[in-house]
Amino acid sequence: MIRLRGVNKSYQSGGAQLQVLKDVDLTIREGELVSIMGASGSGKSTLLNILGLLDDHDAGTYHLADTLIQNLGERRAAQYRNRWIGFVFQSFNLLAFKSALENVALPLYYQGVPRKERNRLALEYLRKVDLENRAEHLPSQLSGGQKQRVAIARALIARPKLVLADEPTGALDSATSLQLMDLLRSINEQGITMVIVTHEPDIAARTDRTIVLRDGRVQRGAT
Amino acid sequence: MNFDAWQEVFEVLRRNKLRTFLTALSVAWGIFMLVVLIAAGNGLRSGVEWEFRDDAMNSLWIRRGKTSVPYQGHAPGRPVTLDNADLEAIRREVPGVERMSARYHVWGGTQVSRGNRTASFELRGVHPEHQYLERTLMIAGRFLNDLDVSERRKVAVIGPAVKATLFGPTDAIGEMINVRGVNYQVVGVFEDQGGEGELRRIYVPISTAQLVYHGGNSVHQILFTTGAASLAETENMARRSREVLAARHHFDPDDRRALPISNNLSQFKKLMDVFDWVRTFVWVVGVGTLFAGIVGVSNIMIISVQERTLEIGIRKAIGATPRSIISMILLEAVLLTSLAGYLGLVAGLGLVETLRRHLPENDYIRNPTVDVRVALVATLLLIGAGALAGFLPALAAARVRPVVAMREVTA
Repeated sequence: MIRLRGVNKSYQSGGAQLQVLKDVDLTIREGELVSIMGASGSGKSTLLNILGLLDDHDAGTYHLADTLIQNLGERRAAQYRNRWIGFVFQSFNLLAFKSALENVALPLYYQGVPRKERNRLALEYLRKVDLENRAEHLPSQLSGGQKQRVAIARALIARPKLVLADEPTGALDSATSLQLMDLLRSINEQGITMVIVTHEPDIAARTDRTIVLRDGRVQRGAT
Repeated sequence: MNFDAWQEVFEVLRRNKLRTFLTALSVAWGIFMLVVLIAAGNGLRSGVEWEFRDDAMNSLWIRRGKTSVPYQGHAPGRPVTLDNADLEAIRREVPGVERMSARYHVWGGTQVSRGNRTASFELRGVHPEHQYLERTLMIAGRFLNDLDVSERRKVAVIGPAVKATLFGPTDAIGEMINVRGVNYQVVGVFEDQGGEGELRRIYVPISTAQLVYHGGNSVHQILFTTGAASLAETENMARRSREVLAARHHFDPDDRRALPISNNLSQFKKLMDVFDWVRTFVWVVGVGTLFAGIVGVSNIMIISVQERTLEIGIRKAIGATPRSIISMILLEAVLLTSLAGYLGLVAGLGLVETLRRHLPENDYIRNPTVDVRVALVATLLLIGAGALAGFLPALAAARVRPVVAMREVTA
């Protein structure tokens, strides 16, 4: 599903070149549930951005679902993100003025799916995360765990090939975290490849494989 | 543009009521001012046109003056005379003359009586075509005709004040009036849009006036209309007339004071030029006000885009293309400015219409209006303005990187 070969990424920072990723080689197979760990500054966020087509790499090759990702341009990147990748964020990133249902339906809005159809699908996905009865609630009326489940429904509605979760349990208490991990696990078992960035060993332990980054290099778990 | 996109925009506008209101106000005010200023400009212009309604606009008025330079041995200061033959000469030698009349004034108030009623009015001898030069409107009977002139008939056409004073409500046509011992038969009563003086006037055939009041051949003024001639052509006709009369009465053809000629068209044109400037000025000021409104919208939207950076980042992360973001912001700007501008337009037109109905009649502003074309231009202007206002904010929004959705860390 994911194949990185010799990927480099550096940022210009106050005149100095700051190399964040150094010759990263990485393979993630279809259907895997993988965690990425690393201290802050290890480059794990940058890696996630590149995997999620939110940022581009300087050198090396990145194949996503056997497609070479190179000089996509913003429009193509947006379309790939929309159809292939579901995002789950640490701070949920739901739009505050939209109901749970509308939040879940938003990716389909950008695919041009008619309102009725996308609301029907959104309700179906809310049911999958057991929040059908909260469909008309605004995010502010939901608990942290509920918000993250809405976000997961939103990540899944476009039937992505890959779900990228950035510290998905970072803002949740440990009991809720474990419930959420069970949910992610069950989604993964339906065949969706999943990459979770985390700094909690508990969470990493519940994945198939842990990739450890250190100083911009893959220290462990590259394949 | 699909319905969903509009719905997204409406949601954003609803969510920020105060911001929407304030932005809308600035644009609405801009359009309101533009409409009101244009209407005021138009009103001033029609006021002036109204002032000119009394006389034929395209006319030249030739008066007698005094020579101001020596010529062919004559000393300056000599009064110039005009006579009947001058009319023929001008007709013959100045091309473009349309309707023509001379005037023979009987100066000062003239005692006019009928039965035991007596009052003082002004008597004026004219040709039949004088009717067109003064825009004299007949309300009863007829104006003077060629036979009246050639047969030196003692007939008179009287103004409404004369009719009211001497006849009251009874019919005047065919009745006799006595002017300093000479009887005239009234053949017509006229109405004139000019001032009070016009209403107290009595017109008689010029030949009769010259005969009765010992004028011989002399006339006091010659006036003629110039048809559809341009301003330059009418000025040529004035110059040509002066040349013709200079040759006949022996004065320097360049001596303007010997023969003052006033050109109604040039006076009218000059005033209209002033109003064209006023109109331009009004547009500049109005569009400037509107532009200030646009800049306001643009500013507020740039701030709003900054506030919405996270939202835009999230939208992009889950698949919004730059184009869809740009169109979202542009749509918001166009919708906001068009709706607000439309309200301003309606308010402005409402005020103008109210003024038009209730403004007391005065000499300066008449019938302030804004025509459909202006409203149409304003509408296009508004949509363009909206697009312009949304342009920079939309670019700013398009530049938001989807990575911000990742970076933002809140509890």
